[in-house]
Amino acid sequence: MNLVLIGLLSGIIGGMGIGGGTILIPALILFTSLTQQQAQGVNLLSFVPVAFIALITHLKNKNVKTSISLPLIGLGLLGSILGSFLAVNISSDILRKFFGIFLFFMGLYEFFYKDKRRTK
Amino acid sequence: MKKKMFTLKFILLGFIAGLINGLLGSGGGTILVPGMFFLLDIEEHKAHATAISVILPLALVSAFIYIKHGVIVWNITFKIMIGGILGGYIGANLLSKIPGNLLRKIFAIFMIIAAIRMVF
Repeated sequence: MNLVLIGLLSGIIGGMGIGGGTILIPALILFTSLTQQQAQGVNLLSFVPVAFIALITHLKNKNVKTSISLPLIGLGLLGSILGSFLAVNISSDILRKFFGIFLFFMGLYEFFYKDKRRTK
Repeated sequence: MKKKMFTLKFILLGFIAGLINGLLGSGGGTILVPGMFFLLDIEEHKAHATAISVILPLALVSAFIYIKHGVIVWNITFKIMIGGILGGYIGANLLSKIPGNLLRKIFAIFMIIAAIRMVF
């Protein structure tokens, strides 16, 4: 039941657009005995249905810029294949530290994020 | 959209977002949204929607590679998924009712603390 609760909380944060995964993965690492790779796998898979539902809504509202997303998908696929192979082949400890460093900077970014629309 | 596509920064943005998302099992969106906003001049809510359309196929490919290497713990994934879907719905509806900026700062502090615990 605790796991459903962790999912629920990270889902709420994700649904508000504050980054569900960056909360879910550390929560799983700190409160369960999953390895870093396993926690990352949980996040990847649990993202799929949520994103699918959100995407249908966004497509209906015409908020997806397909002229940009399609080439980005192509480039991103190359990156994600390389990244995933790296992830499953390095030690869980090193990966956890990498994640921690990334999370630290994302935390700083979120903290100093301004909610106003910036004009250039 | 007046900017040229397939500039170096565009290629790097797609590739790095995929690399991080595959390597760390999350975080592609946290790179894509500000990337599209600042580098490609896309409105913020469209950047969010477009980011989801990009990350979804990347997450599927990464998840597939993780599954192939046997790092998916299915029973935990399903529990998180149930909580996550429910939470995502709640979060999306709460978005307009809660001061997002305050919540963002609170969670940023959580992220930084979790980050430090994961590195040391």
